[in-house]
Amino acid sequence: MYRQQILDHYRNPRNYGELSDATFSHTGENPSCGDEITVDVVLNENEAIERIAFSGDGCAISQAAASMLTSELTGMTLNELQELDRDDVLDLLGVEVTPMRIKCAVLAEKVAQDGAKIYHGELDELEQTTIEG
Amino acid sequence: MATHEQTSPLDVAVLREEFPVLGRHVGGDVTAPGEGADDDQPLVYLDNAATSQTPRAVVEAMTDYYYSYNANVHRGIHHLSQEASVAYEEAHDRVAEFIGADGREEIVFTKNTTEAENLIAYAWGLEELGPGDKVVMTQMEHHASLVTWQQIAKRTGADVEYIRVTEDGHLDMDHAREAIDENTQMVSFVHISNALGTVNPVEELVDQAHEVGAYAFVDGAQSVPNRSVDVGAMDADFFSFSGHKLCGPTGIGVLYGKAEILEEIQPYLYGGDMIRSVTYEDSTWEELPWKFEAGTPPIAEAVGLTAALDFLDDVGMERIQAHEEALTAYAYDRLTEFDDVTVYGPPGDNRGGLVGFNLEGVHAHDLSSICNDHAVAIRAGDHCTQPLHDTLGAAASARASFYLYNTRDEVDALVEAVDNARQLFA
Repeated sequence: MYRQQILDHYRNPRNYGELSDATFSHTGENPSCGDEITVDVVLNENEAIERIAFSGDGCAISQAAASMLTSELTGMTLNELQELDRDDVLDLLGVEVTPMRIKCAVLAEKVAQDGAKIYHGELDELEQTTIEG
Repeated sequence: MATHEQTSPLDVAVLREEFPVLGRHVGGDVTAPGEGADDDQPLVYLDNAATSQTPRAVVEAMTDYYYSYNANVHRGIHHLSQEASVAYEEAHDRVAEFIGADGREEIVFTKNTTEAENLIAYAWGLEELGPGDKVVMTQMEHHASLVTWQQIAKRTGADVEYIRVTEDGHLDMDHAREAIDENTQMVSFVHISNALGTVNPVEELVDQAHEVGAYAFVDGAQSVPNRSVDVGAMDADFFSFSGHKLCGPTGIGVLYGKAEILEEIQPYLYGGDMIRSVTYEDSTWEELPWKFEAGTPPIAEAVGLTAALDFLDDVGMERIQAHEEALTAYAYDRLTEFDDVTVYGPPGDNRGGLVGFNLEGVHAHDLSSICNDHAVAIRAGDHCTQPLHDTLGAAASARASFYLYNTRDEVDALVEAVDNARQLFA
């Protein structure tokens, strides 16, 4: 699972930080692991992702997945974001993720998707994004 | 309780033969249980505080029950039911003997330790607690009692207080004396911490509870598997443990309660098997312990638990304790050799058979995954002690836990895997 590419994204995460001018921002966690990720998104006038950043702590799988995913999401529309599924993230990671670690891999994707749903009013703002194993 | 004079070391190689799973190789596809072509590394099983492996004698006893005398208990007049009833009832006697209880009336079979806590919390706590009353626990409490008493306290308006844990992983006994006061009705605490390995001063805490007229409930999930326990000598009012952590099957746990107290408590679950007589208007209850065992009980599991206790006594609890303490001290010494490893809990001697730790710069889940790549099975997470981990300032920790069949070579394999994780993440 710990190929060089994963470790590289863990040590030097891309898009790490916060966006003060974010159109929306959302946080989620894996309560059983203590992984926590916040995603900040700036949208353009076409509801496409102009800039995206993430912050938080967690294991190498959750942080590398966030780093890779956010790189992939730039330029994507919110509708395209909602169409992503768990396999898209696993493909991005490019390694075999064991069943008990899949929740780590998909955390950032779920946080971004829930954040977009809240922005669209499709999800209650108080809704917590949690992923249980 | 059986006593054993043997202090000679365990013949681990011979013991391991009794546990078929310890001969397994792992490493391949985890979505297809069972050994496969890619399973090329010998399993190193160091997750015994979560569940222990099962010896042949236990599986064979349960198989014998299913193949030879499977029947429902208590009400059957036919031959098989009588055999099953005798075996099931005698399992209570065997457990009583093993932990120093007075007899079967003090032994209630539950699903697990958690259910034992809930039984008393619902049947006694919900009835007896109210505003102004207090339940005292410890900061190192397992969620089994922590969440249970916390929620019962919320429902009854009672207060909850947690005895603090010191820097070196012991209970702050000065704080215990303050916390256990005149308002305290229940003191519920772990005998051995499943996260820190701390062995708590049971008799002292039980005495303090009794001095203020409170009950003491001791969670023995991590102590009964690896040392002689005498509930009579410790004078606990309630005591609980699980079968699957001491070579027995899953699905059965034990609640011990002093007979005179259990006598006064109303049933927790109603239904079949726990009644004496029933009319459309009202019912009366069976005698102890059956009034707390509603419905068809875990019969095969009780047979398996009996076999597990026989197995442990044959090996000798003193020898098991000595073996575990030596292994734990060795693991503690090896892990603390590294400056970037934090080991939680008290120093190497006088610990339960487990070591909780973190490697700097590597999340416990990553550490556990890398150990798994070396076929070393350890646990990572908060180990059902989230508030304690908040206190430790760690979101998660890794935990290696040992049992009678583990070896120093296996501790070395763990240390090698940790070293590999360090290199990978350097």
